Amino acid sequence: MTEVFGFPLPLLLGQLMLGLVNGAFYAMLSLGLAVIFGLMDVVNFAHGAFFMMGAMFTWMGGQYLHLNFWWMLLIAPLLVGLFGIGVERFALRRLRGIDPIYGLLLTFGLTLLIEGVFRSFFGVAGAPYNPPGSLGATLDLGFMYLPAYYLFAVVVSLLVCIGTWMLIERTKLGAYLRAGTENPALVQAFGVNFPLMVMLTFGFGSALAGLAGVLAAPVIQVSPLMGSNLIIVVFAIVVIGGMGSVLGAIVSGLALGMIEGLAKVIYSPISTTVVFILMALVLTVRPAGLFGREK
Amino acid sequence: MLRTRLPAVAPWALLLLALIAPWIGLYPVLGMRMMCFALFACAFNLLAGYAGLISFGHAALFGGAGYLTGLALTSWGLPTPLGVFIGICTALAIGLVMGLLAVRRTGIYFSMITLALAQIVYFYCLQANFTGGEDGLQGIPRGNLLGLPLQSDRVMYYIVLAVFVASWWFMRRIVQSPFGQILQAVRENEPRAISLGYRASRYKLGVFVLSAGFAGLAGAMKAVVMGFETLTDVHWSTSGLVILMTLVGGLGTDLGPILGAVLITALEEKMGAISRFLAHVTGIDWFHQLNDSVSMVIGAIFVLCVLLFRRGIVGELRAHFAAWK
Repeated sequence: MTEVFGFPLPLLLGQLMLGLVNGAFYAMLSLGLAVIFGLMDVVNFAHGAFFMMGAMFTWMGGQYLHLNFWWMLLIAPLLVGLFGIGVERFALRRLRGIDPIYGLLLTFGLTLLIEGVFRSFFGVAGAPYNPPGSLGATLDLGFMYLPAYYLFAVVVSLLVCIGTWMLIERTKLGAYLRAGTENPALVQAFGVNFPLMVMLTFGFGSALAGLAGVLAAPVIQVSPLMGSNLIIVVFAIVVIGGMGSVLGAIVSGLALGMIEGLAKVIYSPISTTVVFILMALVLTVRPAGLFGREK
Repeated sequence: MLRTRLPAVAPWALLLLALIAPWIGLYPVLGMRMMCFALFACAFNLLAGYAGLISFGHAALFGGAGYLTGLALTSWGLPTPLGVFIGICTALAIGLVMGLLAVRRTGIYFSMITLALAQIVYFYCLQANFTGGEDGLQGIPRGNLLGLPLQSDRVMYYIVLAVFVASWWFMRRIVQSPFGQILQAVRENEPRAISLGYRASRYKLGVFVLSAGFAGLAGAMKAVVMGFETLTDVHWSTSGLVILMTLVGGLGTDLGPILGAVLITALEEKMGAISRFLAHVTGIDWFHQLNDSVSMVIGAIFVLCVLLFRRGIVGELRAHFAAWK
């Protein structure tokens, strides 16, 4: 058997592959966070709760309404996005112009509230969710057997990330968004309905989290608590990548997912904390993050 | 008359209330729990209220100290004061490392960094052997203090009260000292403070470590009082809880954190009775669930507090009185 640094190669590649799947979810979540933060200066703690809602809706849709995965792939992000719009309209909007820490505190409270409501109905034990039949096959990659669904999840996440990046960098809508990030007052003066733009952006970021949740449902055990531990990892990733940098969010999300996978092979107890340790290292060398600019 | 005197009288009134509380129906263990969390909230307030640094990782200091004190008292068999001292030292050490990294950024980044660093402590406690993992560290003995047996809840209550009052007074002195004044200057306008020749980041690190020490004292005392230490104390939800306590009472006020801690701890304690009452009155069975997910109620208070009264109870009262004068 081939070995690299004393570790069997198939094991290494296998964990890298699983890490890539996680990394794809990280990338989508940190992308949403970065877009929201760029425009609103709000660090959305509830992003993890939105992720969980996406997955729970998918599971509920299958359980109670017999809607299959493909329907939920469409419906769940929409519902989460609408919910996000509501949160922006009725809560976050009132906090505009004051210390951004209150946005974090509000969404933190919201996270506890949402999690608590789901817990009171569904308990803390998770439920498995099977991938759609057409993706139920397993691929033989030579070094590991990979469920076809995992590949699908990675490809969809990457497409969504690239699509979002293109939308922001290449379209007129994206130009408004970037301009709003730089100078909201000026954008408004040019006749752009800025409050509406903020509302829709928050909705879009939330929908991204919801979509990540739907994609994750067949991979991770669906439970009301699935989002909260994940969101702290994503926070660390965003600090590493540099807050507000869209490309930084995507790249560091993918990279750190894979590093986490490698850590599982090399020294497994550290795999849960490796992202945080890396964050500490990055902070000592580049306080603004790898892709960030010091404001 | 009363309005101008109230700020001076209020601490003494609270102290009097705390002194007689065990004799007028307060269960001493609940009282001690309240005081431990009040001290924790005051420590947090020292950092957040006066230096403007909202730490989202204070549970690591609180719980970390609790675990080490527990370890010192159970496995090493050390006397109680020494165990508490070891807990404080642990918190100081964690605080120093956390502070060194976190004060490099301010505002929202500071919060996210402290949160992430605290997760390292959480996962360490989850995996380490001595913490007992999910079961927690059980059977921490109270021992004695200067020959005084601490098994009696009332004796313990007054010792905790004495420690609490001394710590509160000491933190007040810190805030009023030149060091505290400079901290507030840094909070208000960091570039100006730097241009006046103050090394802002050193002051921030200093207050972080001080806050860590008091948070550690609170955590160590709680471990001794309750006799056990669990993962809840190092979990991020506890970091959030202490923020809420301080926020509800009033960020940057001297009595606010105490008030907030007492209210929230009482609420947690009485949630069972409240949920039974609501279910009984409205006839909706779902209210029974409230008891199991206190965090939902905590979350709701958090949201309301941020939206409606950001200055907290004491802060709002103060503004109210100021307007009346």
